[in-house]
Amino acid sequence: MALATRTDNGSAVRKPPPKRSFWGSTVGKKVVMAVSGLLMLGYLVAHVMGNLKVFFGPAEFNEYGHWLRTMGAPVLHQEWALWIVRVVLLAAVVAHAVSAYQLSKRDIKARPKKYVHQRKRASYATRTMRWGGIIVALFIVWHILDLTTLTVNENAQPGRPYENVVATFSTWYGNVIYITAMLAIGLHIRHGFWSAAQTLGVGSASRDRALKAIANGLALVLTAGFIAVPVAVMTGVVS
Amino acid sequence: MKLNLRVWRQRGADAPGAMATYEVDNISADMSFLEMLDTLNEELILRGEDPVAFDHDCREGICGACSLVINGDAHGPERTTTCQLHMRSFADGDTIDIEPWRASAFPVIKDLVVDRSAFDRIIQAGGYISAPTGAAPEAHAAPVPKPDADFAFEHAECIGCGACVAACPNGSAMLFTSAKVNHLNVLPQGAPERETRVLDMVATMDAEGFGGCTLTGECATACPKGIPLPSIAAMNRQWLRANRKVRR
Repeated sequence: MALATRTDNGSAVRKPPPKRSFWGSTVGKKVVMAVSGLLMLGYLVAHVMGNLKVFFGPAEFNEYGHWLRTMGAPVLHQEWALWIVRVVLLAAVVAHAVSAYQLSKRDIKARPKKYVHQRKRASYATRTMRWGGIIVALFIVWHILDLTTLTVNENAQPGRPYENVVATFSTWYGNVIYITAMLAIGLHIRHGFWSAAQTLGVGSASRDRALKAIANGLALVLTAGFIAVPVAVMTGVVS
Repeated sequence: MKLNLRVWRQRGADAPGAMATYEVDNISADMSFLEMLDTLNEELILRGEDPVAFDHDCREGICGACSLVINGDAHGPERTTTCQLHMRSFADGDTIDIEPWRASAFPVIKDLVVDRSAFDRIIQAGGYISAPTGAAPEAHAAPVPKPDADFAFEHAECIGCGACVAACPNGSAMLFTSAKVNHLNVLPQGAPERETRVLDMVATMDAEGFGGCTLTGECATACPKGIPLPSIAAMNRQWLRANRKVRR
């Protein structure tokens, strides 16, 4: 309810509504974030299942690693399926990051003046979405240099993923970077999955508890699944 | 009781502002928060000082005029409007911080008064129905299922005070806009503009400079009328549906 209104900018004159647009709208950008986020989440589920094969020994894990390159054969040529996955994932990361950047810029501009009396707002997972996202993005760069291109992985042997995983988690920094990033991913999924459901219009009062439970379950299972590998290497279960 | 107040004072829209400290005495626990401010203003006027400007109108919690952020909470510690907040919610000797709504879409006019006409422009973009003029239609002519009527009423409770925007860390007006869209979109009377309403109101909301929604839930916690957070998901559903149906 507006009692006093500005009189100097012609606000009393009724203007036509602004142009409707999908990408130009905050809701549209959120939809792009939700869809790209869910795509990446789906990939993580497949990824963690592959990772856990490390517990069945070097032969099975390395065989799985080689299958990733011949996936889709004989319809697709060597590594084609892998490259399709990579391109789709890269597009999802770029779409997710660009919309996050534009929305964050807008959000900060919409609240330029902070309250003098501050209090803690929202849950930890919610408040750390932006920094958590940046941490995860930096981790992905390191992760690719470490286990795909093997650039930063000392003692790496091309074509032997099992040995390379053991080599990575035999260094203290390898473990610290990985476990920190996985905790960040867990928090990001916890708020992100539930938010995506709201943005895509799936959320409702009756589904809220179920959606929150799925979000927490996914976050917990993925984080625990990923962290199980460095813990196993550290404790000598995998060597 | 005796209270220390720290109040945002700003002479005009473009003037710089700052928190000023005041002491008020002989405050009854039965006074409303606004009556406490009236007491302060009487003293200020007697001392020849400029009284603190704040918005208020009905003082019975139904008009949505009052708008104060009290100790960092929109409308203060109780889940109600500032006018329905009583001094019994505070203790003798408390220091209370009083600030205006903070959002770039709600510029400060003076002291604690902000310009909320951006909400009016969101309403103008689609918060109405096309109704024939003349005598009121027969009430049973348009049957409304009970769950839809309840849903519409829940959202019609929004008084447009702007507490959702004030509480949101992004200054987002999604809860307000969703309350208005959901209220009309679920009813048969609102059906002719169902798609254009949500598209135009969201477009206007963005054009007015409100931030985007990050689902922090602060809005629904601050809302004195209890508009629920899932309203936003319901509006997003309407928005996506309208995007499929309407050609630009």
